[in-house]
Amino acid sequence: MRHRKKFNHLSRTSAHRKAMLSNMASSLILHKRIKTTVAKAKALRMYVEPLINKSKTDNTHSRRIVFSHLQNKEAVSELFREVSEKVANRPGGYTRILKLGNRQGDAAEVCFIELVDFNENMLSDKADGEKKRTRRSRRGGGAKKTTTPATEPTAKAVEAAEETKEDKASDSEEKKEE
Amino acid sequence: MAHPKRKTSKTRRDKRRTHYKATMPALGVCSNCGATIKMHTVCNECGHYRGKLAVEKEVTA
Ligand SMILES: [Zn+2]
Repeated sequence: MRHRKKFNHLSRTSAHRKAMLSNMASSLILHKRIKTTVAKAKALRMYVEPLINKSKTDNTHSRRIVFSHLQNKEAVSELFREVSEKVANRPGGYTRILKLGNRQGDAAEVCFIELVDFNENMLSDKADGEKKRTRRSRRGGGAKKTTTPATEPTAKAVEAAEETKEDKASDSEEKKEE
Repeated sequence: MAHPKRKTSKTRRDKRRTHYKATMPALGVCSNCGATIKMHTVCNECGHYRGKLAVEKEVTA
């Protein structure tokens, strides 16, 4: 029976699978984009996203928890220094899987898995995500409270989105002037 | 345990396999360059995905 067998074992023993996911997570954090099979990418997504979430609170405890999963000093410091900064405003969904077709040899489905905030070419996607998020909050807030407090956070969010756009378009000098 | 009494003949085997059919993958057109692409994959020709540059040209896989 397949009951409650929820995750993909990837034809490996538990230790082998953990070691592989740990290495892949470190590689993803250090290189921002790695090429694997779709099955591994989906398993990796479940492995790294909680770690990236942990990086939002920078203290010794969370660093040790993340290190226990990554076993890589460089990856941990990179995660808490560069990645956590870029990822700060994103409510989950830090990775993107881009399917690339089938591999020659074993016809396995290959893909890129990347950190969403480090792909400059698809950055306009980020604004879309934030718009969707604000719309969702407006709906939830509008039902309970009056409409006036609900419009304020959306306006702030739009301003924030514009600021981030400007930051990426030009240098950080503009931000200082503002 | 029950065992097969006879070897399955070639005819019987092949008749069973007449229902094995290859399915056509879902195909679409790249919104950037117009090439035929597999759905939900990055375009092989130009590296665009859903109208945005997703992969630089180096990748041909
Ligand atoms: Zn194309």
